Order: sequence, then C-alpha cells, then structure tokens
Amino acid sequence: MLPTPDLSHLKKKDYEHIYEPAEDTFLFLDAFEDEVPFLKELKPTISLEIGSGSGCVTAFVGKIIGESNCLKYCTDINPRAARATFGTARQNQLSVDVVETHLVDALLPRLENQIDLLYFNPPYVLTPSEEVGSHSVEAAWAGGIDGREVIDEFLPFVKRLLSAKGAFYMVVVNENKPDDIREIMAQDGFSSSVVKTRLAGREKLFILKFTRV
Amino acid sequence: MRLITHNMLQCHVKGCNANNFPLELQEVVLEQEEAELNEDFLRNMLNKLEYEALVATCLKLDINDLPATMPADAMYNDEFLQILHRVILETHIKSGKMVCPNCQHIYNIRDGIPNMLLAEHEV
Repeated sequence: MLPTPDLSHLKKKDYEHIYEPAEDTFLFLDAFEDEVPFLKELKPTISLEIGSGSGCVTAFVGKIIGESNCLKYCTDINPRAARATFGTARQNQLSVDVVETHLVDALLPRLENQIDLLYFNPPYVLTPSEEVGSHSVEAAWAGGIDGREVIDEFLPFVKRLLSAKGAFYMVVVNENKPDDIREIMAQDGFSSSVVKTRLAGREKLFILKFTRV
Repeated sequence: MRLITHNMLQCHVKGCNANNFPLELQEVVLEQEEAELNEDFLRNMLNKLEYEALVATCLKLDINDLPATMPADAMYNDEFLQILHRVILETHIKSGKMVCPNCQHIYNIRDGIPNMLLAEHEV
C-alpha cells in the first residue's frame, strides 16, 4: 500500500474553499495504485491534472512517477485550490507546476500532443446548469445536466493533449452515463476500460482509462 | 512558476491569434531553488521547448547563460544541460506580470502561480 499524501498543512477552514478528499478521491488513488506497473512502463515526461483541488491526487501520482523525470502540471479554476495544490506538492517534497485556469486554457497549443499522463476528477454531480462555472469550491462538484456539462466540454481536448503513448484517467458516476462517454471517446479514436468501480453511499463511482487505439 | 512553464503559456483572449507568444514578463521577482538534475528528462524536453522564445525571455531577465541557438550536440552536452536545468527548472517567478505582445492583455503571477483566467467577455 502506498501512503496517502500528507495533507496535514490543510485545515478544516481550507476545506470551506476547496474540495476535501473524499470517496471519489480515494478511489482515484486506489486506481493509480493498481496502475503502478503501467505508469512505470509509461514513463511520462509531462503529466497534467485538470482540477487538482487539494493536490492530493497529484501528490500521490507524483510519488509513483518520480520527481525529477517528469514535469507535473496541474490546473484549477479556483485560486485557493491552485494554491492548495502548490502547498501539498511542497509538503510532499514534489515539484508541481500549477496554473490557475479553466481546464487547459493558455496551455494549448504549446502542450498539443505532449501529455503522456492526463487525469481529471471532474465536477460530476448532477446540478442545475446555473451552478456550473463557479470559481469557488462548487467548481469541484457542480456538473450541470447529467453531471456532464464540464466533462463534455473537456472530452474534445483529450485528443489534442495526449501524446501517442499517452493515457487519460477520469472519475465518473453512473448518472454520467459512462458507456456514452466511452462511445464518444471511441469516435475520437480511444479505447477504454474501467480500472475500478466502487459503491460509495448512493454514488456508483467508476475510474475510466483511455488510450489511443 | 518555473521558467519552463512560461515557455508553455500563450495568450488565449478571443481573436488574439497571432504574435501572442511568448508573453512578455514584467516586474518579475525571481528566486532560485535547487532541484535534482536529471539529464534524461532534459533530453526528453529539448524538442518540446520553444528555444528561441526561452532565450529571448531570459535575456530580458538578465539571464545570459544560454547560447543563442541550441547546440547541435545538446543531447550530450553536459554543460549545456546543466545551464538549461538551472534556467528552466530552478528559476522561479514568485510574482510579476505577463503581457501579451499582441493584445496587451495582462496575466498576473502571484504566490508563484500564473493566473490565466479571462473575464467572460474575453473568452
């Protein structure tokens, strides 16, 4: 078992403004632990997490892929989350390059087809559309109709970002219609698999993995 | 924000499609921070860099160590790789501004983090 990243620098008060790691986060960590052999083989030169929040997942993944052999990018639309990610990287002796932005704005076209490892725990919760687009903690969960509004906005970027060998991992719930997402990605030339599933309260969580066919 | 990241960022204001890279650094506060040198990683990064933009940016920051063009033997030039390491991975911008040379949009860097968000009417 790989240790969970040290988040002791984040206090209760911080979690009023950023998403506190929960079941979905921990399932994502478990999935990456299962993927250790694949990630070691992949040897990413550049990784990118979208919506890194507390930075928990990137700190975990960073420990797997190594410090000096990979440029680790994180983006978050929430300025406090961007700073939390930065702090968590420090706390866990990792260098992470954080950009405060919406999805990958400003990083394209420079990172076109350069990302070997891409991962996203998106705002997947079903909410009214008006709740999508916040720059605060709601951005971590408010997914709009079917919890798909941000997911669907992001999916077309995957084929632009990923390198030929690259892999994309994403958290979804049953209500997001995982099979439909996999179908959309298949049309963009990606094969997919379910790395992990778990029932957490009322949520049925999936970790999807996409690679180029 | 390390200098490598500056080399990856481009203005994305709606309609700003030319001469929008590299963003011009202004009023920057720099800090050097040691990082482990990894030659293989640097070799992997060579073809991902916009080298000319990197050198031009460095000159404006009074960082004069990089050769004007990438050495032909860059892959195996330890001295060059060490300089590159120091410049792109150990040079941090703690605060400052990045100004688009085309549309003049200003992106701020605070707490070492670039803010690339645009107001709604700019998207």
